Amino acid sequence: MNCCKEKPIIELQAGQKLCKKHFTEYFEDKVHKTITKFDLIGKKENLGVAVSGGKDSLTLSFILNKLSKRNPKIKIEAIAIDEGIKNYRDKSLITAKEFCNKHNIKLNIYSFKEEFGMPLDNMLKVLDVKPCTICGIFRRYLLNKKSKELRLTKLATGHNLDDECQSIMMNQFKNNIHLSARLGPNSGVKENKQMVQRIKPLYLCAEKEVTTYAFINNILDEFNECSNITKSYRAQIRDMLNDLEAKFSGTKYAIVNSFLQILPDLKEKFKEAEVNYCKECNEPASKDKCNACKYVEKLEKAKIEI
Amino acid sequence: MQINVFFDRENKEKTIEVDENSSVKDLLGKMKINPVTVIVSKDNNILTEDEKINDRDKIKLISVISGG
Repeated sequence: MNCCKEKPIIELQAGQKLCKKHFTEYFEDKVHKTITKFDLIGKKENLGVAVSGGKDSLTLSFILNKLSKRNPKIKIEAIAIDEGIKNYRDKSLITAKEFCNKHNIKLNIYSFKEEFGMPLDNMLKVLDVKPCTICGIFRRYLLNKKSKELRLTKLATGHNLDDECQSIMMNQFKNNIHLSARLGPNSGVKENKQMVQRIKPLYLCAEKEVTTYAFINNILDEFNECSNITKSYRAQIRDMLNDLEAKFSGTKYAIVNSFLQILPDLKEKFKEAEVNYCKECNEPASKDKCNACKYVEKLEKAKIEI
Repeated sequence: MQINVFFDRENKEKTIEVDENSSVKDLLGKMKINPVTVIVSKDNNILTEDEKINDRDKIKLISVISGG
């Protein structure tokens, strides 16, 4: 069923076809309802937006910037991490800079090279480690540390429905259910002042919807893929879920919605009695040393051996 | 009929032969591309899966999959 006389651009899971105008309203309404339902943004915030230069983070910045203009008590600024992945992050950071300039958003960039001594490309030459593992550990570490330095009240990330669905299934298939307890639209430990709460306003938006919104708002850049992604387990789970979605429309929503029903129980079950702090850097850690400091140590040793 | 298709993920243009009266869905089927993973555009306008395509149309496939 069409929304109006205008030409439709997307067919929703329920079968309704929306034109450009009605899709924009539908999408922005969905993001605002997600923010309200999960209490993601308060009346006064100094919000950070993790920006990569990809469609998800730019769409999120675009929408939060609109929100900020309507609510002067909600301020936003962007944080980007330059991992040091040649022909990928260097290109996407140019897009991020152009976008932030155009929309008058302050952009803070931090690099692995400056913070950890070398870019990711070089780390992978000296350490036998999965790229996404070390990249994720260092990126999350920097995002939290720098968010605190910038005195941000929350950090918004561009994770969408597809990302969450993949994480849920990866944890399920690898029997890492304790990791799923950290998922959800507002991850992070709320009570811990050392941990800046992360929020995911695009949580219920499918990747195709995000791309459609980015396309019609001219914030979609040329396709640019990290050279490490094809090696990842996530990419295989993503393809499997997309195959299922094509055969059984609504699969991803069903997975995430059913997960949301059990999430409070998971959080209760895996509630950490007390949070440890890294003896090296004082960032939150599960043991006496955080994973980032463990890898920094390994990098130092590997450099000496070379 | 022949359709010119540019797929951004592969950065390549291909000519695809499809039957008369084919739709976007038929084209994606012929290319073995999952419709969930792309948006399809012509002249910078998005097409839905049931829209008919015409001989010599220039179609752009935009990958919805995140690159990182």
